[in-house]
Amino acid sequence: MFRRLPEAGAATVPLTIDGSAALARAGDSVAAALIAAGRVDCRTTPVSGKPRGPYCMMGVCFDCLVEIDGRPNQQACMVEVQPGMQVARQEGPRAVDASAAQ
Amino acid sequence: MKTEEFDVTVIGGGLVGGAVAYGLVRLGKRVVMLDEGDVALRATRGNFGLVWVQGKGLGLAEYGGWTQLSARRWPALAEALRGETGVDVSLEQPGGLHICLSERELEQRIATLDRMLEQPGFERYPYETLDRAGIARYFPEIGPTVVGATRTTLDGHVNPLRLFRALHAAFVARGGSYRPNSPVAKVEHAAGVFTATGADVRHVSPQLVLAAGLGNAALAPQLGLTVPVRPQRGQIIALERVRRFMHYPMGALRQTDEGTVLIGDSQEEAGFDTTVGTPILATMAERAERIFPLLRDVRVTRTWAALRVMSKDGFPIYEQSPSAPGAFVATCHSGVTLAAAHALELAPRIAAGSLGDRLSAFSTERFHVSKAA
Repeated sequence: MFRRLPEAGAATVPLTIDGSAALARAGDSVAAALIAAGRVDCRTTPVSGKPRGPYCMMGVCFDCLVEIDGRPNQQACMVEVQPGMQVARQEGPRAVDASAAQ
Repeated sequence: MKTEEFDVTVIGGGLVGGAVAYGLVRLGKRVVMLDEGDVALRATRGNFGLVWVQGKGLGLAEYGGWTQLSARRWPALAEALRGETGVDVSLEQPGGLHICLSERELEQRIATLDRMLEQPGFERYPYETLDRAGIARYFPEIGPTVVGATRTTLDGHVNPLRLFRALHAAFVARGGSYRPNSPVAKVEHAAGVFTATGADVRHVSPQLVLAAGLGNAALAPQLGLTVPVRPQRGQIIALERVRRFMHYPMGALRQTDEGTVLIGDSQEEAGFDTTVGTPILATMAERAERIFPLLRDVRVTRTWAALRVMSKDGFPIYEQSPSAPGAFVATCHSGVTLAAAHALELAPRIAAGSLGDRLSAFSTERFHVSKAA
C-alpha cells in the first residue's frame, strides 16, 4: 500500500517491531517505519477495542500510540527511530505502573 | 416574525434545562427548549461528573435531603435514558471517599460532616472514617502520606457528556422541540402568556422555565425575580486512559468508565474567565500524586476550566415568580447530581403549577430574610 519515495535516505536503522527485526531509514518517525513495514494498524482503542493506526502524522490525532522501549502510549509519529529501538503494539489501555508507587 | 405555541418554554439547554425539559415531555407536555448554542458558558461541558451526596447541605438541611432524593432516583433516570435512547450514561454508585492529606484536614472534615448531620431537619445518613489502612482496603495503591478519609455508600459518578447527549436525545424522541442557536435576551409576559424570542421566532406558552445558568441573572428580573448567581471557576486535569484501577470515586479524583483519570475540585472567584492557570493545576496534580504516587508516570492529555453557576449561598434556587405565575427558575451548581431530581421530581411540580412545600426552602426569599437581618 505504501512505497518509499526514490529520494528517501539510504542509511538503514535496525529496530524490532513486536519482537521481530525490522529496518527503518534514518530520520524516519516510528510511525513511518511502521507503515513502511506494512503495519498500518498499531494499537487497539481502550474503549471499543477497535484497531487504529497512524493517521495525521503530525502529533494531533493520537491514533498511532505504541509502546516504545517499554514506555506505553507513545505517539509513534513524534518519535524518531533509533538503532535497537523496541516498538510494540499498544493493546487497549496502558497499565498504571505499580512500581512507581514504591 | 414567526410565532409558535407550546405548553412550556424552557430557556437553557444544558443539564438543568435538559433534565427539566425531558421531565416535562415525559408528562406529555409540548415543550420547546431554547439553547444559546455552543458559544454558551456551559458548565455542562466542563463538569466533573460526580453524583455526590457526602458533605452537601451544611447551612440548608433541605439541600441534603434533595441531593439524597436525586441520588436515589438516579438509577431510574439512567435506566429510562438507556431505554429511550440506547445511551448508557455509565452510572456507578459504589460509594465514595473524601480523602484527607493531613490530620488537620481529617479533623475539619469530621467536624464539618457532624455539624451538617446534626442540623435540625437533616435527613441523616451514616458515614465512616477511614485511616490509611482502611483506605487501602478500597485502594491498595493509596499513597503513604495519605492520612484518612470519610466514606459514605451514597456517592457515585456518571459520564456527564453522555448524560447531556441522552437528555437531549430523549427529549427530541418524545417530541420535544430543540432550538439551538436561540439565545433569548428578552422575555415578556401578559395575561398569563409568556413570549420568549430567540432566533427570530416568538415562542408563546402559558409556562416558562428559566434554566439558563449564569444567564438567569439577566433574565429573571424580566419575570419579577432576582436570581443572584455568579461564576465560580473550576479547573480539571484529564490524564491519559489507563486500565481501570479506581473502582470508587473520590471527591476530587475519579476514573471514568473509559479509563480516563480526572483530577478536579478547584474553586476560584475569577469572573467570566475560563482560562486555566498553572499554580492551581500544579496544586491539584500534586495532591493527586500524593493520593496515588503511581500517577506520577501517567501523562496529562488535557486541562480545562469551566464556570460553576453559584448562588449567593451555594444552594440551588427553585422558585415560581409571585408576580408572573407560570414562570419558574431552576438553577444550581450540581446539574449532574441533581439531574434525576430535576427530571423526575421538579418537572412534575412545574407541570402541576406549584413547587409545593418540599422546595419552598430553595426560593430566593432566603436571601431577602438575611438582607433584612
